[in-house]
Parts: sequence; structure tokens; C-alpha cells
Amino acid sequence: MKGKMFGKKRVAVVGAGLTLFRRNLKETGKELAYEATSMALDSAGLAIKDIDCVTLGTAPDAFDGIHMKGENLLDGAGGWRKPYSRVFVGGGTGVFAANSGWWHVASGLFDTCLVVAEEKMSSCFPHPQYAFTTIFDPMMNRPLGINLVWIFALEMHRYMHVHGIKKEQIALVSVKNKGNALDHPCAQLPAKITVEDVLNSETLVHPVQRLDISPTSDGAAALVLASEDVAKKITDNPVWIDGVGWGIDSTYWTNRDLYYPKYVECAARMAYKMAGIHNPPKEIDVAEPYDPFDYKELHHMEGLLLCKKGEAPKLTAEGITQRDGDLPINPSGGLLGVGNPIAAAGLMKVCEIFWQLRGEAGKRQVPGDPRTGLAQAWGDLMQYGSVIVMRS
Amino acid sequence: MSEKIKKYPGERIRTADLRKGKIPVTKWKPKVRYAWSAGIAMSRFLEELKNGKIIARKCHKCGRIAVPPRMFCELCFRPTDEWVYVKDTGTINTYSISYLAADASRIKDPILVAVIDLDGASKGMGILHHLGEMKKEDLKFGMKVKAVWKPKKERTGAITDIKYFKPAEV
Repeated sequence: MKGKMFGKKRVAVVGAGLTLFRRNLKETGKELAYEATSMALDSAGLAIKDIDCVTLGTAPDAFDGIHMKGENLLDGAGGWRKPYSRVFVGGGTGVFAANSGWWHVASGLFDTCLVVAEEKMSSCFPHPQYAFTTIFDPMMNRPLGINLVWIFALEMHRYMHVHGIKKEQIALVSVKNKGNALDHPCAQLPAKITVEDVLNSETLVHPVQRLDISPTSDGAAALVLASEDVAKKITDNPVWIDGVGWGIDSTYWTNRDLYYPKYVECAARMAYKMAGIHNPPKEIDVAEPYDPFDYKELHHMEGLLLCKKGEAPKLTAEGITQRDGDLPINPSGGLLGVGNPIAAAGLMKVCEIFWQLRGEAGKRQVPGDPRTGLAQAWGDLMQYGSVIVMRS
Repeated sequence: MSEKIKKYPGERIRTADLRKGKIPVTKWKPKVRYAWSAGIAMSRFLEELKNGKIIARKCHKCGRIAVPPRMFCELCFRPTDEWVYVKDTGTINTYSISYLAADASRIKDPILVAVIDLDGASKGMGILHHLGEMKKEDLKFGMKVKAVWKPKKERTGAITDIKYFKPAEV
């Protein structure tokens, strides 16, 4: 492997599973977790008895309206009478769940680990955004009638202002990702749209418009991880987790300059150091940065050091981030196209990198035999970053 | 999704059918309420708002004058040292125009919101608030603004004791 060995065991991904992502799914969260988990086990050729431990990622309890969701989901996630725990770092949960699976195995404590992520946002009325209000400071923010989209609009606007970025440049991300999602069989909002469609869509919170934003979704995703010795018995085609990183910035979000996601840079630097990556744009073949809004893909590319600050819109306009470009970004279709069941959306990105590095991504396959990939998620009060670097 | 997988689990249902009760559902509406203690730093801050003043805390190690005030400096990880009044004027750091209410329902007359860096606090020390007495077309980055306070007898010790910020030049 490239870089220094971290932990006692090298860790591989040996299987992955994903349900449909939809606004409403008839299945309960538990049933969705079961479907994704079963698919991941089948694809690895394993049964639940072969699994030593389970780590589950799911985001705010308020979305489902079920407190202690980890316990609620455990039977569907294969956790019965196994070492089982839930991790939760807001929108960063999906990638962080894979990171936590890594240390379960890298520590030498377990040979195999199931990583499961689930989200069911359709249970909440009138809209899950309202349930999210309880994240905000009750003294400073909530009395002002704050809505979740406000803070992203404020961040997006600051990013546009500092670098002089135009809305048309940002809209290209939505066009690309929804287009990429046309090739994803689980996608909720695949579409062939134009920049004009984005610019003419309803303004929600200026500068955020309807087509800049990912949908609310139900869905689940799962991975099977194994230590090197076990992985080599399971498959000829393991995908190695060579770097993990996570980090957080201050909760005093109005005291930070929102134009740059420093927390993503912290997480990326941790993962790159572990993976021995010194020149990310040259060494990363395919990336899935978190894109719940179109501007976030650009923002995160910069935080991930995949380009210079303010340069991501230029790369996008030049086609470099297209599936057949030099640096394919979100070939899955991302959250904008595939959908955004929070934790499951983050883990969907890790699944996509797994399939891309195995050459199994079908119509979505990026050309040129990609060997190194990255997935990233983002969450909380615009403050959390989680990153995973994988190699085939 | 892998090309080896041919069947995709998940059964889509329509929101309209869900709302009409065509899908079996169980409903529950939480009826809980909360009362948060404002804490050491914010209790003083809220009391000062009643007086029409904005108060911050200063850390003598990093020199930051922080608002909202805090009893410990999260950067130096030590107690802050001093109460410092800052001005009720400031600069728009970033802004947005919201057509969404808190529950994500649509509103016709948009709410103008901004992060306002307050004068007298350290650089970049902003607070979130509404803007008023201006048209959305007039909003600008770097615009100087000033707090418009509720009349003294209507103040309750809340961030809404400031009605909004208006252009400072007016």
C-alpha cells in the first residue's frame, strides 16, 4: 500500500448495497436497512453469521420522529446480539459511519464489520426542515424564525461574493449531477435540464432556487468491511480504505467566514496524510463530494484541495468534472440527482466509489480504470466534514 | 449501484395517497415544551438588550471580543476575562432573501436576513438578524446598518428586542 500503515489491520470494502431513493417509500426504516444490508452481504457472498460487528449511521431522530433510532433500526441492520453502535454527526454521518467501520476492523478487534445507513424523511410533516429548527441556538437564532435553507443561502451568497462567482456557473453542477443520475437505477430526481431551468426555478431563499437543492428522501445503504487476510479469502477484487478523516468547526457559525469550508480541509488533510496523498488533483481519479446544494459541490472540491479556492466553477465550466473529464466529480448523480436520505446519501457515495473502483458502475463507469477515489460528507451547522479515501 | 445487481429494493408510494389516508399509517403529534436556562453569558446579554445595549466578552489571551458572549474562549480554552459593550451598528457580511417560513411554507413578502459584523467586536464577529426599512434590491455586501430597537417597555430580554437592522445612512 501507498503511505504508512495505520492500525493493526488493513481494511477492505468487500460488498455494498443500496435501496431505491424516493420521496416516500412504503418500507419502514428497519425494512429499508434490511434490504440494503442483505444486498451488501449477498454481494460479498457472506451471511449474517460471518459478521463480527455492526456500525449504523442515521441522522437526526427528529426527521423520523423516533428517538434512539439506532435501537429502532438494529434488527434490520443485522445487529442482533452483536457488538453494535450508532454514530451520528449530522449530514456527515454517512461517510463517518464508513470511517467508524474502518476503525472497528483496523483496530484488530473484529475481522468483519457491517456499515449500515438509513434515513426516512417522509414521516415528518409539514416538512422535515421544521424539525431541524431545534439545531439552532434558542436565544440567538430561533426567535428570528430561522429556516434551514437560510444558513445555506447565507453561506452560498458569501462564497459567490468573495470569489465573484455567478449563479450560472453554480447551476452547471445541478445540470451535471441530475444528468449523471439518469444512469443510476436508484435515482429519485434524474433529469436532463439546462442552466436556464435552474435559473428560472422558484426562488426559495435567494440565491437558493428550487433546482439548486436536493430533495427529501427515504433510503438505505450498506457496506461490508473485512480485514486484509479475511478480505483476500472473500474476493479477488477488494477495495481498500486507505485514508479516513473527520473534523469540525465552531458552532458559532455567525463568527466564521462562510466562504471556505475549513472543516472539510481538516478532514481531508487527515485522510490524505493517512493515504500518502500529496497532490490530490493528480492522485484522486474520481470523487464524490457532498452536494445537497449545487454550490456545495464546488465549495467542497475546494475544501478537499482538489483545486484552488474559487477555482471549482472554472473546472466545472471546462467540463473537467464530467464523468469523462480529467477529474470526474459525482459520477453517481450525487444528492442532487440520486436523492438525499441524509446518512444513506453519504454512504451511497462510498458505495459509488466502491463500484467505480471495482469497474462495476455500468453506464456510470468513469473511463480510464480509476484506482483511487474519495467520498466526503458534510453536516451540522455548516461545520462538520468526513472524508474517506479508497484504492483498488 | 453495481451492474451485477438487477433488482432494486424499495416500493414508492405517492404523497397524495399518504395524505388521503390510502396508505396505512400511525400518527403522533408531540406535545412537549421546553424552557432553556439562558446560561451565565447569555443571561447578561439578554438583560443588556432590555437596556438597548449589546454586550460581548473579551479574551485577554487571543484578544478577541466575542459576540454572542461566552464565559470561556473556545480557541484558547480558558475563561474569558471582561465584559465589553459593542455598538449597535455593523456591516453586512452576507445576506439572503427568504421566501420560506420556519416550517418551509411559502411566504409572499420575503424576509431579509443577514449576518451582521458588529462594530466594536473583533473582525468577523457577526450575528444573524432581520433587515428592514430597505428594499431587497438595495441590499449590498459591506452595507453599513444600524439596529432598530423596540420601545423600552416592549422589550423582554430577547434577540427580538432588536426589531431589525436598517441602513445606517438613513
